[in-house]
Amino acid sequence: MTATMLELNEAAKTFTMHLQGGVVLPVIANVSFTARAGECVVLAGPSGAGKSSILKMIFGNYRCDTGRIAIQHRGNVVDIAGAEPRQILDIRRHTIGYVSQFLRVVPRVPTIDVVAEPLIVEGFAREAARERAREILARLNIGERLWALPPSTFSGGEQQRVNIARGFICDQPILLLDEPTASLDAANRAVVVELIAEKKRKGVAMVAIVHDDDVRELIADRIVDVTAFAAAA
Amino acid sequence: MAERSMVEQDNEQPLLIAEQLGKSYGRQLGCRDVSFKLYAGEVLAIVGESGSGKTTLLQLLSAQLKPSAGRVLYHMRDGVMRDLTLLGEAERRFLFRTDWGYVHQDPALGLRMAVSAGANVGERLMAVGWNHYGRIRDAASSWLERVEIDTARIDDAPRTYSGGMRQRLQIARNLVTEPRLVFMDEPTGGLDVSVQARLLDMMRTLVAELRLAAVIVTHDLAVARLLSHRVMVMKGGEVIETGLTDQVLDDPREPYTQLLVSSILPV
Repeated sequence: MTATMLELNEAAKTFTMHLQGGVVLPVIANVSFTARAGECVVLAGPSGAGKSSILKMIFGNYRCDTGRIAIQHRGNVVDIAGAEPRQILDIRRHTIGYVSQFLRVVPRVPTIDVVAEPLIVEGFAREAARERAREILARLNIGERLWALPPSTFSGGEQQRVNIARGFICDQPILLLDEPTASLDAANRAVVVELIAEKKRKGVAMVAIVHDDDVRELIADRIVDVTAFAAAA
Repeated sequence: MAERSMVEQDNEQPLLIAEQLGKSYGRQLGCRDVSFKLYAGEVLAIVGESGSGKTTLLQLLSAQLKPSAGRVLYHMRDGVMRDLTLLGEAERRFLFRTDWGYVHQDPALGLRMAVSAGANVGERLMAVGWNHYGRIRDAASSWLERVEIDTARIDDAPRTYSGGMRQRLQIARNLVTEPRLVFMDEPTGGLDVSVQARLLDMMRTLVAELRLAAVIVTHDLAVARLLSHRVMVMKGGEVIETGLTDQVLDDPREPYTQLLVSSILPV
């Protein structure tokens, strides 16, 4: 049996909106599921069910109020819910990659460097990282003339592909995907499906959100219904 | 999944430790009970509104002010942890000239405005014992290039420079001795937005390449997001929330932090 890379155990998240008179907004509760090496778990449920929040909790972007989010990190089991900021940064460098819904652009940084950055942070030499960046940008049909430009002026679909390139360039053992194919045409959707299949062969554990039924059909090894984790309001 | 104890991944020592640091000016509170550890390569942003104690804290950390309570420990280059309040004046100044940088909001405070740009950068090198004129000039000119200042301007005094150029020169002057820790007080304050973007991008690259640790005081959350790994939110002289920068900004817990985050104007 392949290794469990990620295990959520009764994880819960509540927002308290102090500026709205302290309204308490329970998002999700009792989230429990696992992801094994080489499998893609797809989170299903309507908008607002808390799918993105779950990914953000796994990435350490949202705090986890209660429960456990255990991951395999450099031979140890680490609970993200209780990890120090420094440890979460190390986990992001080496263990968990995240393709967010939108690219957060840094002004002035050329596309090639936006994509190469995670590899450089992981310890690759700049030129080697750029070489990998060129390959993956070409695969995602981003024209070479765009590589030297910052992506801030790109179309939505182009930015999304830059974001995907940035997320897929590393070989982290856990990868989180938040609607990676949302604004892509059929040809590019197919490339992303192919990239996901390659990650599976490399033993990467993935948790994905996809609304497109065809894509879900192609990538999902297991579907976790998020509505089961609805928090009692 | 088998439960194993969470082992600390490395045995690296912190570069700087603040322990229950406090400062009061008579009955006026500067800041109170601030504790944290900063490691090599880590960038910490201190955010909060004017008067929240950010600058007082920065001055305490950089040993420019004596704390009323607590202490600051620094991991010296020889490997020894020293209490900064117990350093002699000469030792403190040596630290400032070599292992630390301090970037002021107003470049005029961090530069000598009437001497040439080359001399501004070279001066820090001479202070650490460089004495070969040609080598100092080469180092200065390579640093001007790194901060994107035309080397043809090397003999001009910074008073002839624009605000953005002055700030970049101040950064070059600070980094030329390859410090391990840089303090920055509102480094992008008072600059045009386009100039800010360029400076931020440059600082981001330099901090990563040189594996610098930095403490940056800013009221601009966008600056904190771009540059820092961790953030401390201050209000009324106390740290009210702290954590990973994206976590604090995307999932703020305290009412005041929620107010700060929600007050950012969308572009």
